[in-house]
Amino acid sequence: MPRPASARSNLAFYPLIVLLIFMSAGPIALMLMTSLRLNVDITSPTASFLFTPTLRNYETTLCGLLWYKPAHVDYCNPMFGRALVNSLIVAISSTALTLVIGCMAAYSLVRFRFFGRDVVSLTTLMMRMVPPAVLLVPVFGIWTFQFGISGTLGGIILIYTAMNLPFVIWILQSFIVQIPIQLEEAARMDGAGPFRVFFLVVLPLIKPGLAAAAIFTFRIAWNEFLLANALSDRNTRTVPVTIVNSLSELGIDWGVLMATGMLLAIPPILFTFFAARQIITGMTAGAVKG
Amino acid sequence: MNRLTPYFFLAPAAAILGIALLYPIGYMIYASFLDWNPSQRIGEADWVGLGNYLKLLHDDAFRESVWVTIRFASIVVTLEMILGVGLALLLDRNLRGMSVLRTIFILPMMIAPIVVGLMWRYMYHPQVGIFNRILKSLGFDPIPFLSEPHWAFASVIISDVWQWTPFIFILSLAALQSLPKSAIEAARIDGASAWQQILYIKLPLMMPVLIVTVLLRLIDAFKVLEVILVLTNGGPGLSTEVLALHISRTASEFRELGEAAAMSNVLLILLMLLTALMFAYTKWQEKRSLRLLEARKEEL
Repeated sequence: MPRPASARSNLAFYPLIVLLIFMSAGPIALMLMTSLRLNVDITSPTASFLFTPTLRNYETTLCGLLWYKPAHVDYCNPMFGRALVNSLIVAISSTALTLVIGCMAAYSLVRFRFFGRDVVSLTTLMMRMVPPAVLLVPVFGIWTFQFGISGTLGGIILIYTAMNLPFVIWILQSFIVQIPIQLEEAARMDGAGPFRVFFLVVLPLIKPGLAAAAIFTFRIAWNEFLLANALSDRNTRTVPVTIVNSLSELGIDWGVLMATGMLLAIPPILFTFFAARQIITGMTAGAVKG
Repeated sequence: MNRLTPYFFLAPAAAILGIALLYPIGYMIYASFLDWNPSQRIGEADWVGLGNYLKLLHDDAFRESVWVTIRFASIVVTLEMILGVGLALLLDRNLRGMSVLRTIFILPMMIAPIVVGLMWRYMYHPQVGIFNRILKSLGFDPIPFLSEPHWAFASVIISDVWQWTPFIFILSLAALQSLPKSAIEAARIDGASAWQQILYIKLPLMMPVLIVTVLLRLIDAFKVLEVILVLTNGGPGLSTEVLALHISRTASEFRELGEAAAMSNVLLILLMLLTALMFAYTKWQEKRSLRLLEARKEEL
């Protein structure tokens, strides 16, 4: 039943929506604009919103990876480029590892009924609440003195995998529970072993769950600072670590810093635009189902 | 083969969780009884029993950071709940553009906390920051956003509210849209005003989700570190030094690993209490709704 009165009163809410979008995206847009400006433009007191965008800051940041030598760069600091490569390696391999291992664990927990779901969700919650700051001291000690993997990318990948596993297991479980067991039984009747059932029947059916889990894991591994800072050395620094390090220098180069920040923000922004629905599902599931 | 299959599927996850999560936590509990610095192996550190915990009792900086954390978490969660739930109640109608708003609203939570801190540090900057530029062009004095203790605390709160209000908005909107339409319809037919609908129907029905949301946000607010590290690094003085930041500084700057481990334990216990509370609440809620369902069946 369309009611013109309510349609008219709804009209009043559009300015509010526009305002909220502006407030939410404004700081990010400001960062993007700053990253496209020369430092002269950033610091001059008469800077306006009109300026000629330039990619120079990005060239300075990525100079170690470019195939040409940007004319305006006197000394190329390869640190940012290397950090970007490190970040990609760490985030991608820990996401892949977490998904494969988490998937198998979730499947066996659902189908072979080790514990009730309560036990799993309680441990997940408990693990979810352990802050990286709490892991800092023991992980630093163990990685350095016992495992001897401090300063390697492998060490960082290991801790990220462990940190993300509980959540991934928990969210995939809620997807696997929904698969009708008859499908698997039919495959088994046709002579498929447990591994073929898992890879050919179960995995394709939980693709949406896998996507949500992948985004969440990648995001945490890509964004994390504290543990990466403690476990990396000069050559294995990730992007968040280099950003914080360059903040402590005197005379912050805002243009380059904002370009680096933007590079770090781009993958999560892309995920948001392409998979907003999965992200919201993951988020609400985490809260509403406990 | 058949009997061992489940264990085979479970083994890698169990191994990684054991080695890289449970072992470190156990290690930390042990380390909190040691006088340990980063250049020593753990075996060389001296056993001091409860010494580290006793030290914490008399440590003003630690007490201050606990107090800052509690103040920060409670203010932030209160503001975000009021804003987030309020906006959800306002915008719970058929509006075009809501999906755009929801997508944009996720952005602040998705990008790295380090980058969030960076953006706000830039905006709060005394000379190049946009806030002080606007103030100046309007003829006002600049505000020391990050260099005066009270302002710094407020600035940290503002950036957290910007980042996390959307979380509460999205959750409460989801809760609102899953409410039974019949209850609201009945209230409207009985002549309940919009306010009465909100106060007596919508909010009580949303309560379970809201309570879980508050607890989830509280847990996260107790863990906040990176945004504050970039914005103020705990300063000026100790005005914004939350517990997680204090732990990381104790470990890396003052090189007191034993004490840092003891602090970590205190934080962990605090968070564990919150989590247990949340779990108990959801269990109780489930039981209650089950009972109600059965009672209704019997009536029929």
